Amino acid sequence: MTAPDAPAYLLLEDGTRFDGTSVGAALTDAGAGPRSTGEVVFTTGMSGYQESVTDPSFAGQLIVFTYPHIGNYGVNASAMESDRIHARAVIMREAVDRDDAPRAEQGWLSWLAGNGIPAISGVDTRALVRHIRDKGAMRGGLFAGDVPQDEAAATVAAEPSMAGQDLASTVTPKEAVTVSRSGQLRGTATGAEGDGPLIAAIDTGIKWSIVEELVARGARVRLHPLSDGPEAVLAGDVDAVFLANGPGDPGAVDHVVDTIRGVLGKKPVFGICMGHQLLCRAVGLTTFKMEFGHRGANHPVKDLTTGRVEITSQNHGFAVQTPDGTGRIEGDEPVRWATDFGEAELSHLNLYDRTVEGLVLAEANAATVQYHPEAAPGPNDASYLFDRFLDRIREGGSIADVGRQTGDAAAAQAGIAADGTTPAQAAIDADTDTTTDGASA
Amino acid sequence: MPRRTDIRRIMILGSGPIVIGQAAEFDYSGAQACKVLREEGFEIVLVNSNPATIMTDPEYAEKTYVEPLLPGPVAKIIEKERPDALLPTLGGQTALNLAKALHEDGTLERFGVELIGANYDAINCAEDRDLFAQAMARAGLKMPASLIVRGKEGDSADGAPIATAEVDRQIDEALTITGLPAIVRPAFTLGGRGGGIARSEEEFRQIIRGGIDASPIGQVLVDQSVIGWGEYELEVMRDNGDNVVIVCSIENIDPMGVHTGDSVTVAPQQTLTDRLYQQLRDQAIRVIRAVGVETGGSNVQFAVNPDTEEILIIEMNPRVSRSSALASKATGFPIAKIAARLAVGYRLDEITNDITKATPAAFEPTIDYVVVKWPRFAFEKFPGVDETLSTHMKSVGEAMSIGRTFGQAFVKALRSRELDRRPSYADSDTAADLVERIRQPRTERYDVLLEAIRRGATDEQLHESTGIDRWYLDEFRRIALGDDPTPTDGAGGSATPGDATGLVRTFKSVDTCAAEFAAQTPYFYSGWERPDQDGNARHEVERGDNPSVVILGSGPNRIGQGIEFDYCCVHAAVTVKESGRDAVMINCNPETVSTDYDTSTRLYFEPLTLDDVLGVLQVEQPEGVIVQFGGQTPLRLAQGLQDAGIRILGTSVEAIDRAEERTAFGDVLSKLGFKAPPYATAQGLDGALAAAEEVGFPLLVRPSYVLGGRAMEIVYGPEGLTSYLEREADITAGKPIFLDRFLENAIEVDVDALCDRDTVWVGGIMQHVEEAGIHSGDSACALPPFSLSDEIIEEIRRQTRGIALELGVSGLINIQFAVYGGEVYVIEANPRASRTVPFVSKAIGVPLAKMAVRIMLGESIADLGLPAEAGGQGSLGHVAVKEAVLPFDRFVGSDGLLGPEMRSTGEVMGVAADFPQAFAKASAAAGSPLPDGGTVFISVTNADKPLALEVARKYHDLGFSLLATSGTRGALVDAGIPCDVVSKLQDARPDQSDTAVTRIAAGEVAIVINTPTGSGARTDGYEIRRAAITAGVPCLTTVSAGHAAALAIASAREGEPGVVALQELRR
Repeated sequence: MTAPDAPAYLLLEDGTRFDGTSVGAALTDAGAGPRSTGEVVFTTGMSGYQESVTDPSFAGQLIVFTYPHIGNYGVNASAMESDRIHARAVIMREAVDRDDAPRAEQGWLSWLAGNGIPAISGVDTRALVRHIRDKGAMRGGLFAGDVPQDEAAATVAAEPSMAGQDLASTVTPKEAVTVSRSGQLRGTATGAEGDGPLIAAIDTGIKWSIVEELVARGARVRLHPLSDGPEAVLAGDVDAVFLANGPGDPGAVDHVVDTIRGVLGKKPVFGICMGHQLLCRAVGLTTFKMEFGHRGANHPVKDLTTGRVEITSQNHGFAVQTPDGTGRIEGDEPVRWATDFGEAELSHLNLYDRTVEGLVLAEANAATVQYHPEAAPGPNDASYLFDRFLDRIREGGSIADVGRQTGDAAAAQAGIAADGTTPAQAAIDADTDTTTDGASA
Repeated sequence: MPRRTDIRRIMILGSGPIVIGQAAEFDYSGAQACKVLREEGFEIVLVNSNPATIMTDPEYAEKTYVEPLLPGPVAKIIEKERPDALLPTLGGQTALNLAKALHEDGTLERFGVELIGANYDAINCAEDRDLFAQAMARAGLKMPASLIVRGKEGDSADGAPIATAEVDRQIDEALTITGLPAIVRPAFTLGGRGGGIARSEEEFRQIIRGGIDASPIGQVLVDQSVIGWGEYELEVMRDNGDNVVIVCSIENIDPMGVHTGDSVTVAPQQTLTDRLYQQLRDQAIRVIRAVGVETGGSNVQFAVNPDTEEILIIEMNPRVSRSSALASKATGFPIAKIAARLAVGYRLDEITNDITKATPAAFEPTIDYVVVKWPRFAFEKFPGVDETLSTHMKSVGEAMSIGRTFGQAFVKALRSRELDRRPSYADSDTAADLVERIRQPRTERYDVLLEAIRRGATDEQLHESTGIDRWYLDEFRRIALGDDPTPTDGAGGSATPGDATGLVRTFKSVDTCAAEFAAQTPYFYSGWERPDQDGNARHEVERGDNPSVVILGSGPNRIGQGIEFDYCCVHAAVTVKESGRDAVMINCNPETVSTDYDTSTRLYFEPLTLDDVLGVLQVEQPEGVIVQFGGQTPLRLAQGLQDAGIRILGTSVEAIDRAEERTAFGDVLSKLGFKAPPYATAQGLDGALAAAEEVGFPLLVRPSYVLGGRAMEIVYGPEGLTSYLEREADITAGKPIFLDRFLENAIEVDVDALCDRDTVWVGGIMQHVEEAGIHSGDSACALPPFSLSDEIIEEIRRQTRGIALELGVSGLINIQFAVYGGEVYVIEANPRASRTVPFVSKAIGVPLAKMAVRIMLGESIADLGLPAEAGGQGSLGHVAVKEAVLPFDRFVGSDGLLGPEMRSTGEVMGVAADFPQAFAKASAAAGSPLPDGGTVFISVTNADKPLALEVARKYHDLGFSLLATSGTRGALVDAGIPCDVVSKLQDARPDQSDTAVTRIAAGEVAIVINTPTGSGARTDGYEIRRAAITAGVPCLTTVSAGHAAALAIASAREGEPGVVALQELRR
């Protein structure tokens, strides 16, 4: 057992070691106690640590936060993205346990420890991130300072590689659950049951914020175990199907891909993150493991049709292979090709590395994005996707434009009139009017 | 959308002289914009009256106009140069206001000039509080409850005044809407000048009335107080495709109530949850869209109630700003550069991120370190002023620090401040006493807070007293008590934590992306980290094999050490690079061009202490270090560096000391047979009085080793000397004091020269307008001299050569002379870059600092291809006048008097065919345009009367009426010059309401000429000068300045001088 602040270290599969102090759940001897090995990945978001660790997509991973100070505002039930912490361990430069922040319900480190999650602080996380960036994501583990390094190395070596792992099955619900009230999952539901569109979501590890975005707009969301086939998913008066985010290799859940092929064309299909990758697989594309993935809140995504750019929240270690096999969209036009479900279009790209960020199947009435419009953590630039999705379903129209970046929503929010008059111009006009009236009086 | 092809020639406006609220950050922004737009193939026409800027270097534009930033001169430049577009968002409030005026007076339309970067409506909306509030309401955004109180009809400076009763009615209404406390801010003033926090009804009325007077359009905004709320700023950028990104968030540790320029701030924000931060982000984006800033950067300020999470918009600036410069340095995202590209048509995704060279500028920087900005104040220069921090900005500069953690960054910031004195505590001060002491924010706030923690103050007490978030208080506790494994107390010199921590100094890069991508731009800071498995620091510096030269910068700007030194450091870096070596810059001032990662080969953003600098040198292993260009800051390190075995390039440390040390320098002068005023060095009161007897009064007294004439004073007798020593005891006690005979009414001359140990080249001989005794930094001066004989100039040249060669100067030397009774006296010599180097370089067309560096790197003067030295009158074909800009109007209660202690914050330059025209331009550029008629009020000392008569006669001949107090009037009337009389304040009967002060306040006086009878509050002269400053009337405190002004007025009658670009000056 380690005492708080006892020496601890992170060992990577290539033998590189980073020292720090243990600040979460006690690290027991290698192999016993909480599992502290897995894939070591980093996220570059500067806030939203609680949302990250409770995001099921981080299952099986040790999260390195690139921002040094983590825990500053404590933890709060409203920031939960699932019912538990999914990250195996947390690696930080400067962690703090603070329960006296204005909205904190508990301190960050006490909460990690209370939930049995190991954590290490004092690590030169920047050096670690540079190492991963240069060498690629790799396995690693947290160990108490007195664990011999060769023992630790053996434990890390025993950890399976992320590629080929079906982790979604470990986070999917046992049976279908319907969510119809805002706040229901977080236990803060107040309003009445919704009676809006019924959306069947294949729950590969859905973030609560996604459910909340849909339910807050009046939808009812039925969360399905990923083992459910097309019939179960389409049962009842389903208005649309949603494909969720989730952990592990999208190539390891082919039964979900089969389910998707079974629902495509029957109901509108909208998806996010792993859902996007699975829809792409359903129309014949493959997915590949990225060097070190996209995890953060600052990724620029460009809509190839309108040329606009949004800043997005991202969390994925696998990406969709382009039809040309390069993994990159080099041109500035959507990539189109024929599939079993009609013409497909790769609609969006990530400006960092030109990887695929969106798919549209106009004929099958399906659209997916790689990024996270529900944010949590991250920017809300793309929250209009949920508005459009539900508007289109209610209208019974095509959801092909669900991810179209047009700026209309932004303009409306900023108070810009349909004719393009900005609030500033309106204010100046109003002011001029008064002056003129005054002068003529 | 790619670069626009329908525009070819772009005018860029600078921000003019450095003043409080508008400093070097606009040189950084403007210089970046000029550079990038020229790279894009545009022709640049630049206007900026400030010669001490990099942007006004002739190679930054096709045409560089060092002309007043006023509608008249700028319209002439537009007419002459015919730019297609005007980019007004890089020159601060000055440029925006000027662009607005040029739009309103029809100039832009007349010459078909398009405003780019921000259109007129957007500028108007962001600046006019009323319009802005309406726009925010339409966008559904909340602002503090507020009301505008109008003192004038309409929205312009020439609106008719509104009756007092009506103003009072508005004030009553405001009081019911906003309640108390309330924040009062006048429209269209810099840095909130004339505003404040009203806590009582009486204050409420008083501050509003004052604000109406301070605002050019007579409007003030009265806001619901959000004092104690969290204060945040977001830097937003938008392109013409409506793509918007947030570059950086900044959190003020000081809650709302202290101007953000005076607050200690942190980037990124530390205490908001992701959800709340994203709300700020969403709102910032709505603000830039609602205001209609189509391209470029804006700064949006928020107040956030930490308990209710209520968010209010405070204001937005539709331009680059002090905060955007900070954000650029804090993240590596060059806002001004990108804004310039966006203004000419590019979109964010078409611009490459400079740092990664692989990803686009359409992204949001994410950082993996903490940045702290610390304001630098200069209250010690202005005795009697209110040092409480409020919504009215008072700081004169800032330092920034980068650390891997907040604690590391905070103690680095403490070390970067270059404080002359620290707060003192009595042993009997309890924690509770100290907690009370910081209830009202003052500059000493954080030092006292740390001490309060050491004496047992609780977080509860500190939070109650200061409103500072507990997260920061926790961090301060760890710093104060030494619990943090890395930070060391900034009070001491050492930056190195104890070996016990096991941490090593590790240089990391600033890369915009938290190491997600490889950085190509070498911009570094030090952190304390665990070493690698072999015990080595994990440095990111890739040093290469090229020899390097390290240039030490000048730290935070303060009075006496400003942008001029940064200008010299930038020239040094450029020249070192040109020599084929790597130029390495160490500095901690975020406002500057020197800390632009484009300036040097490698930039280290570090405090300028010996320990921090040696840390860099250990990694760099440079060929040598340049310490002579950054003012006193690096000079103070010279000996320590030399002792550590580091090679100092150029003039040796010994030679610098020999010039600085009075006795040694006295020996130099005796050896050369040059004259100096009699002087002595003494210690203690008795010693000083005895020495004074020997030297003879009047005396110029000062402590040894001072900057900008700090605590320097002229005393006329033993009483004055005694009172001086008592007043300045904390600086002078136990240290040597210099006493120099003061040469009354001598002409002061400044010389900047180059020397390679064998040859001397005199760059410029400047004749001061004010007589000797006024600090050279505060005095106007002309190049070439306007009244010195050729013989005197030749003698000055001879003595310059003598001194430079005797000291063995390699590089620059500045010497000050006094011409007294037809003879030349040496006042002092400084073998280093001086404040006047940029002015001289621009006036003569030779970059002196670059030449000096070439000498320091081994070239000889013969190698430099220099033109013939400039000589006396007429030798240049034009005359350049430098005028100082003083901050008296910002400091309520300060005396507007010039003296041996420097108090100017900046300078301007006027260039014209002759001295009077150049002086008139410089006066206009400095903000005191000379009137063409009216009344001149003259009040001078007896000693000044003979000269004053001559000057008065000139004004009389020019048609001015004269007004004087009885003594001066008697002398004038005796000399046959008609003059009205007015009472002095101290002679006035209690019921008398007509005095010099009331006349000035009533706007009946056009020029004030007042020479001091003694400094100190509540003297007659003090009241007169204060009245002039308040009324915005030119106030000349020397007879010679009065004379120069008369010449300038006469010259203006013969037609306004034309505008001239630096590139057009012929030699």
